[in-house]
Amino acid sequence: MRPMLFWQILIDGFAISSLYALGAMGFALIFGVSGVLNLSHGALMVTAVVAAWAAGNDLHVGPYTGAAIGVATGFVASLVTYFVVVRPLQISRKIREEEKEIFILTATLLWGIMIQELIAYLYTNNAKTVAPIVAGVVSIVGVRTPANEIFTAMVCWLAIGLLWLLVNRTRAGKVLLAASMNPRGVTLLGVELSQVYIAIWAIYGILAGIAGVLLGMFLGVSSYSVGPLTASAFAIVVLGGLGSVSGALIAAYVVGYLETITAYLISPAYRTIPALLLLVAVMYVSPRGLLGRR
Amino acid sequence: MSTHQSSVGSVPKIAALVLAASLAAVAFAAPADAQSNGPIKIGVIAEAQAVAGSSIPLAAQLAADEINAAGGVDGRKIEIVSYDNHSSAAESVRAFQRAVNEDHVNAVLASYVSEVVLALEPWAGRLKTVMITPGAASDVITQNIAKDYDHLKYTFHGYSTSTSIADATCDAAKDLLIKDLKMKSAVIISEDAAWTTPLDAEYLKCLPQIGLKVLDHIRVSPDTTDFTPIYNKIEAEKPDVMITGISHVGVQPTVQWKQQEVPIPMFGVASQATNSSFWQDTNGAVEGVLYQAFSGPDVAVTPKTLPFVKAFQTRFGNFPSYCGYTAYDEVYYLADAFKQAGTGDSDKLVEALEKTDYIGTIGRIQFKGKDSPNPHALKIGANTITGLMLQWQNGKQVNLWPANVANGKLKFPNFIKLGAAN
Repeated sequence: MRPMLFWQILIDGFAISSLYALGAMGFALIFGVSGVLNLSHGALMVTAVVAAWAAGNDLHVGPYTGAAIGVATGFVASLVTYFVVVRPLQISRKIREEEKEIFILTATLLWGIMIQELIAYLYTNNAKTVAPIVAGVVSIVGVRTPANEIFTAMVCWLAIGLLWLLVNRTRAGKVLLAASMNPRGVTLLGVELSQVYIAIWAIYGILAGIAGVLLGMFLGVSSYSVGPLTASAFAIVVLGGLGSVSGALIAAYVVGYLETITAYLISPAYRTIPALLLLVAVMYVSPRGLLGRR
Repeated sequence: MSTHQSSVGSVPKIAALVLAASLAAVAFAAPADAQSNGPIKIGVIAEAQAVAGSSIPLAAQLAADEINAAGGVDGRKIEIVSYDNHSSAAESVRAFQRAVNEDHVNAVLASYVSEVVLALEPWAGRLKTVMITPGAASDVITQNIAKDYDHLKYTFHGYSTSTSIADATCDAAKDLLIKDLKMKSAVIISEDAAWTTPLDAEYLKCLPQIGLKVLDHIRVSPDTTDFTPIYNKIEAEKPDVMITGISHVGVQPTVQWKQQEVPIPMFGVASQATNSSFWQDTNGAVEGVLYQAFSGPDVAVTPKTLPFVKAFQTRFGNFPSYCGYTAYDEVYYLADAFKQAGTGDSDKLVEALEKTDYIGTIGRIQFKGKDSPNPHALKIGANTITGLMLQWQNGKQVNLWPANVANGKLKFPNFIKLGAAN
C-alpha cells in the first residue's frame, strides 16, 4: 500500500464517518427516548438538501442562507413527521399498545416513500448538490483535500459537541437522558412526556438537516438516496446498540472507515458490503450491538 | 296556442325515437370514424422524472401541436398519449401493452434508457407496433433486428448507436486533444450499463488509432456516491485526459471532480451535461467539462435546430435535453410516414419509415437498410449526422467542434494541469 493511500483513507474516512455519526445520532436519540424507528430518516435528509439546493437556484440566495434554509426545512419536516405521522398513531385508541411500534414503523416508511416520490415529481430524480460554503483545496500531509471536507468534519463535531453539552450539562438535557432510561419514571417526576417527544423531534430535525446539507455539499444526493441513507443510519444504530447515542457514534466510525477502506483497496462498487456483513456478524455474537441497553 | 298544445304529446315521442336512432347510428359509426378521420395517436413512454427523459413527451407534444396547427396529417390531428415509466423496464412494458391494447396508439416513442428499449423491442414485434427510441444508444437494439428482421422490424433507433457515439468522440478528440493539445494518454471511465459496453469496446479500438494510449479502463457502478477513490486511482496513473461514458450518473462525479480539483480534463459522453439545467444542478462545477452531443442550444446544426430550441424554451421555460431534439424530429418523420402509409397497417408504416430522408434538428435523418449489421440505426457521417463536441464555459454550452459550427475556444478551469503527466 502506498503511504499516500493510507493518509488518503484516514482523511476521507474521517469526513464521511463524522457525517454518518451526525446523521445517525438523532435517529438513535429518537429510538432511545420514544422507541420510534423513524424510517423516513433518509427522506428528511434529502428534503433538507433539496430545499437548500432550490433556495440557491430559484431564490438566488447565498450559500450561508441556502444552508440555513436547508437546516430549517429539516427541522420543520421533522416536526411535521412527528405531528402528522407519529403522534396520531401514538395516541390512537384503535391500535393496541403492543402493535403501535410496527404501525409507526410502517407509517414512517410509507411517509418516506411519499416524500421521495414528491421530490422526484417536483425536482426530478437527478442528483442535487448544495453550493459549498468553503471552496478550494488544502494539502494535509501531501493529500489534496477539499476544504469543504474539513469544514464538514468540523461542523459535524461542533454539532455533536453541542448535543453532548445539551444532554449532560443542562436540566432539559438531563430530562431527555432520564426519559431515555425510564420514560415512566420521568412522568412520575411531573415531566410531560409529549413535551419531551417534541423536543427530541426538534433536535433530531436540526441534526438531520445539518447532516443532509453537509452531505449535499460533500457528495450530493438524489431522491434515490432516500433508501440507502435510511439503511445506513439503521445499520449504524443497530450496530452501535439500539438507542445508544455513544454506541451510534462509535459504530458510525466503524462503518465509515470500513466502507472507505473497501472503496479504496477493493472496489467502490463493493463499498457497503463489508459493513453489512459485519452487522450480521455482530447480530450473531451480540444482538444488542456494541453498547446496547435494550 | 291550443292546436300547438294538442300536438305536444306526440312531438316528444317522435323526437325521442329520432334521437335514439341517431344516437345508435352515431355510436355504431364512431369506431369506423376514428379509423379514418380520428386523431393519429402516438404513445410516448419516457422517464418523466429524469432530467433527460422529461424532454421527450414535451418535445413530442410541441411537434404534434405544430403539425396540427398546420393542418395535421391529411386533415387528421396527431394526439400524444404520455406514460411515465419511472425509469423502470417493467413499467415500460405495462405502459406499452396499455398503449397498444387499450389506448390504441398507432406508434410509440420510447425512453432514453437502453435496458428499457431492449425490454420493449420484442413487444413492439409481438404487438406489431412501430416503436422509435429518441435516446437509447446500445448497439444491441439494432443488432437484434438484424438477427430476426421479420419479427423485430417495428423498432427504429432514432438516436446514434454507442459505437457511432464513440467514433464521433474519437473524431473530435483527434482534432481537439491530439492536434491542438498534443495529448498522448487517456483513462476510460464509464458507468456500468448496457449502452457503455459497445461504447467502451469502440473507445478501446479508436483511441489508440488516433494516438491516445489507453492506460486504464474503469467501469463504475451507477450507484456510486463517492468518486474520490476512483479519481485517486486515475490520478496515480497520470493520464492526459479522462474519456467519459456517463449518463445515469453525472452530478456527483462532476461536483466531486471540481471539489477535489482533479487536475485531469473530462472529455467524452456525459449525457446529463447536455441539459441546460446541469449548470444549476452542479452549482457550476461542470465548468470546463467537454461532452459529445448531436445538438446544442446555440448551435445551428440545421436550419430547424434554433427555431425548435426557441419554441421549446418559450413554451417550457428551459432548453431541451438531447433526446428532446430527437423526439421532436421523430414525430415529424412519423407524420410523413403516416401520410404515405396511413394508419391501418404497421408493416406499411415500417416500409415508409425505412425510406425516411428528413432534415431534422440534429442533421439529415436516414436509416440503415435491412442488410446492414444494424438495420434501422441512424446513418452517422459527413452527409447525415456529424455530432458536436461542446464545453461548459461560464454557465453556457459552447460548441468547439467541428470547426464549421464552432462558436468558442477550448478553455479549462485553473485546477486543470495540462500536460502535467508528461
